[in-house]
Amino acid sequence: MVRSVNELGLQRINMPQLGESVTEGTVSTWLVKAGDHIEKYDPIAEVMTDKVNAEVPSSYTGVIKELVANEGDTLEVGQLMCYIEVEGAESGENRTQPEKPEKAPENNAPADKDQSMKNRYSPAVMRIAQENDLDLTQITGSGKGGRITRKDVENAVNNKDQASNQPNVKSQQIPEESQKEQVEDFTPPIIRRKPIKVNEGDREIPVTGLRRTIAQNMVRSKTEIPHAWMMIEVDVTNLVAYRNAEKDQFKENEGYNLSYFAFFLNAVAKELKKFPELNSCWAGDKIIQRKDINLSIAVAHGHELYVPVIKNVDEKSIKGIAKEINELSRKARTGNLTADDMEGGTFTVNNTGSFGSVESMGVINYPQSAILQVESIVKRPVIINDMFAARDMVNLCLSLDHRVLDGVICGAFMSHVKSILENISSDTTPIY
Amino acid sequence: MAVLNYIQAITKALKEEMERDEKVFILGEDVGPRGGVFRATDGLYEQFGEARVLDTPLAESAIAGVGIGAAMYGMKPVAEMQFADFILPAVNQIMSEAARIRYRSNNDWDCPITIRAPYGGGVHGGLYHSQSIEAIFANQPGLKIVMPSSPYDVKGLLKASIRDQDPVLFLEHKRAYRLLKEEVPEEDYTIPIGKAAVKREGSDVTVITYGLCVHFAKQAAEKLEQEGISTEILDLRTVYPLDQEAIIKAASKTGKVLLVTEDNKEGSIIGEVAAIISEHCLFDLDAPIKRLGAPEVPAMPFASKLEKEMLMNSDKIETAIRDLAEF
Repeated sequence: MVRSVNELGLQRINMPQLGESVTEGTVSTWLVKAGDHIEKYDPIAEVMTDKVNAEVPSSYTGVIKELVANEGDTLEVGQLMCYIEVEGAESGENRTQPEKPEKAPENNAPADKDQSMKNRYSPAVMRIAQENDLDLTQITGSGKGGRITRKDVENAVNNKDQASNQPNVKSQQIPEESQKEQVEDFTPPIIRRKPIKVNEGDREIPVTGLRRTIAQNMVRSKTEIPHAWMMIEVDVTNLVAYRNAEKDQFKENEGYNLSYFAFFLNAVAKELKKFPELNSCWAGDKIIQRKDINLSIAVAHGHELYVPVIKNVDEKSIKGIAKEINELSRKARTGNLTADDMEGGTFTVNNTGSFGSVESMGVINYPQSAILQVESIVKRPVIINDMFAARDMVNLCLSLDHRVLDGVICGAFMSHVKSILENISSDTTPIY
Repeated sequence: MAVLNYIQAITKALKEEMERDEKVFILGEDVGPRGGVFRATDGLYEQFGEARVLDTPLAESAIAGVGIGAAMYGMKPVAEMQFADFILPAVNQIMSEAARIRYRSNNDWDCPITIRAPYGGGVHGGLYHSQSIEAIFANQPGLKIVMPSSPYDVKGLLKASIRDQDPVLFLEHKRAYRLLKEEVPEEDYTIPIGKAAVKREGSDVTVITYGLCVHFAKQAAEKLEQEGISTEILDLRTVYPLDQEAIIKAASKTGKVLLVTEDNKEGSIIGEVAAIISEHCLFDLDAPIKRLGAPEVPAMPFASKLEKEMLMNSDKIETAIRDLAEF
């Protein structure tokens, strides 16, 4: 994140990586100006990323020399934000982090520091990498200026072949990095053939931050994942009765609402434990089944949509889930969601019923493999034992990644969720 | 097996061919009792007599012209140009007559002449005794240009050239004459014309060259081997027409190619080699194709230091190979 510029103690502060798969951030407010003296870890700027708003701390104690980025600028991770003149320039940090100085190295600099040729690929290197599906960013070049030589890729191919010959199958502990790489590699294939005309009086809203992330994620999900859909209807008359009986007391005791949504999350988490196939993601040459059941939930605030995560839902009571829903909603409303709150989701449950929908086709929250939409609970006439009855009905709509999942397994999952929900009572589902 | 130098191997080849086939005869300046200025025909006049070892006037056009006429009439002449630099008056005969006659006569006539000419610098010969002239002839279909790199090769290739039914321009590096020595078999053998030879196997860099430069490339490769740099050396042997298959194979093997010539770089044989590689080997190339040749000034300076500067040597090749290996 911080790289030395020269020996005089002038240091760069670059846009830090603020969370998984974040590639850029927008400087919303500078908290310092040139000439300010700051301590190490003091916040220097507020930065808005597509996931969170965060403060960037200083990595040094010193005097701000120059603010390079302007407020409103969007910088890629690693791009220069400002220069800081460090006190006691002889401190170790200069020397311990000499990676990639901005200016070309002097002639007497050691050759291995020069990485100017790192991303220059010869035809042979490109061909071998493509034929063998190699990620060149993962290969260290032995050539001049860090260039990856044909021998380097040939060695990588040999190593890969050896690795794939080893019999041990990797367990489910996949490092986050490998997953991250794949996410970042995706370029949405958006082709705009004609510019769209703006008429007089139209308002043009620049697509930034969260809106752009949502757009990118949706395009990525819809273009990459072959979606399939199914819907079941569930009779939740018992659930409605149970929840109505408990909700006032609960509110009084706990101070927040006992929502239906908590019951749905509870049922989904229980069944994900039985059907880990749905708690997984597609990783190209393999499917990764997640051990933890972390449910992403969609929380709207104004025009913004956040997808925070409730972790280990299968280990939590109805009350515990209700509490987290309440907490995350509050954070979303006040803009206090952290990167940590947003990460690690393995399956998404979307409360579409909260805005009155009765049927919808969700777009999968990439790279998960399914999303469940919980629709509005509506009273409808239903035939039971050849007689009409007024029942509380709800539709559950599942979108699934057809590469990972098929109709049979999803049908079984959905009917188990239905069974839990239809049999909810104080006996089967205690609140505490 | 006797150790022969380059010129002894030539003499041997000439002698054996003249013994084998009485149609073979030699013509050139001072080739008779004098035995040639470089002693290539030493003893042949004595052995075969003045009818088969002809001293000619100082007229290269006549040497070539007489030879071509005799060849078309069924003889197997070996014409010697005293220095390759002096071949220019004979260009018309060689290109327009020798190289064309088979095509022009629809195979009724042919011209099995061998024209030997010493080329190259390094003997303090100045302008008229040091030039490389192969590129002048290297786009004349019907003509073959052979440039051997060692005593063994020169014997086998000269025999093959004399036996060839078409004209061959046989270029010998005059500095190689007494510089290069190796064991040369007594028995009769030929080396096919039009085929290149891998002179050294390697995996880091491919050097493609011909003539005396093969010797310098070998020296450089031996030195670099101690640094862990492995060099493949392809000796073209025949520079026209080129052995495309061997060039493609050698270039593709390492993906890093150094082309070496003593000739002025621009317009030289190795430019054509580079073109073949770029046409066929793009997706095996790991570095730009590198050419090492003389600067664009006339060969060859008379001043010793300048001559040395202009000439190819193993140090220049070594540096170029190392650069490519590190690329």
